[in-house]
Amino acid sequence: MRIVNHPILDFPQQEMIQFTYNGKPVQGIAGESIAAALHAAGIKTLRHSSRQHRPRGLFCAIGNCSSCLMTVDGVPNVRVCVEPLRAGMVVEVQQGKGTIV
Amino acid sequence: MIKTEVLVIGAGPAGLLAAASAAQAGAQVLLVERSERLGGQLIKQTHKFFGSRDEYAGERGIDIAARLIRENEQFTTITTWKNSTVAGIYPDGVVAISRNGSFYTVQPQKIIVATGASEKTMLFPNNDLPGIYGAGALQTLMNVYGVMPGRRILMVGAGNIGVIVAYQLLQAGVEVAGVVEAASQIGGYAVHAAKLARYGVPIYTSHTIKAAHGTECLEGVTIAKLDERWQPIAGADQYIAVDGLCLAVGLTPLTELCWQAGCEMRFVAELGGYVPLRNSSMKTSQPDLFLAGDVAGVEEASAAMVEGKIAGLSVVADLGYTGVERELEQAKKQLAALRAGPAGAKIRAGLSQIVIEEAG
Repeated sequence: MRIVNHPILDFPQQEMIQFTYNGKPVQGIAGESIAAALHAAGIKTLRHSSRQHRPRGLFCAIGNCSSCLMTVDGVPNVRVCVEPLRAGMVVEVQQGKGTIV
Repeated sequence: MIKTEVLVIGAGPAGLLAAASAAQAGAQVLLVERSERLGGQLIKQTHKFFGSRDEYAGERGIDIAARLIRENEQFTTITTWKNSTVAGIYPDGVVAISRNGSFYTVQPQKIIVATGASEKTMLFPNNDLPGIYGAGALQTLMNVYGVMPGRRILMVGAGNIGVIVAYQLLQAGVEVAGVVEAASQIGGYAVHAAKLARYGVPIYTSHTIKAAHGTECLEGVTIAKLDERWQPIAGADQYIAVDGLCLAVGLTPLTELCWQAGCEMRFVAELGGYVPLRNSSMKTSQPDLFLAGDVAGVEEASAAMVEGKIAGLSVVADLGYTGVERELEQAKKQLAALRAGPAGAKIRAGLSQIVIEEAG
């Protein structure tokens, strides 16, 4: 969900672009972080941990903690909390450490 | 190899002031910031700051950030690199920087580390479930991106950050299920706690988180009541249904680069963790490496800005620039005044363990 009315900040409506999350189409705003776009769409699971396969989400949102690593356009371990969203991105829940090849 | 007189690592409040202060004296500065925005955590602070006018009291953090960025843009002697991560400081003083997919090497005469701090987490079962956030993450989602982090959120920690972010959640239209605080009293500013009370938000003092629940995402939290010896009281657990849990349980300095550069470090609980030893001019045991802001001990943004000024002026004094002594003395007095009084007691106790006049 996006904030519509805020007493201090202004969030003008912006054009939405399309990307995919595990193959499903999702909309977001170009330039916002991938994690912000996913959250706005109600998606909180970003990866599964390497040993116990536990779901992991956003924790620090400033690129520190590695909780939000996802596979983006085939590249694993992208910190989606700081990676800007672009139209057509293929974003996937990462299993463990991800695979390169 | 790129040469510069001063390299400032981190463009939050401390780094911006450090760069401006060094540039004002005439030095060439390279300011490196890992994110795509300058201003550090100020860019998500929608509340008005306390303190004196010298540290922009009465202004919102977002407006202070905009002002500091404008001031830095006026110096042609400051080169700013965004999206640039310092990957290492080598023994010969060369700094490796990852920028736009390439590696750059920089040889600065002096380095000011202003890398800030990271959020602490808490131990309880299922503390890794999606829907459990650090307080800064919620501020980023709400105040930078305009995204609601959840429908109903429980806050942990009634210090300044806890009560301020709980109020920001209300402003964003999120229901705040309560604020859980292990201590018997609210630690944060009374004005912010009073705002929560007006909205009917319960504050659970002498309570802690016992466990989080959920399978794919957070669905609820069990809180436990604590006795005066901080032990859970049997039979007093409560279940609170929430889709978000926010941890405002403190910060720890981001000191990796200081460790790597060989700074002498000490654990100081009052300052949030390991911090480098330093003198009152913010110089570490490595004579060419200075500090500013939370990396030198977790404090308020106002103190970070003054430390930035002190570090910037100290560095140019070491480089041989003259005429900064009076301003440097003034800044040191300003910092001492900020830390005076009962609110600064913890910081003063921490600093007494690491500020060493002979360092360097």
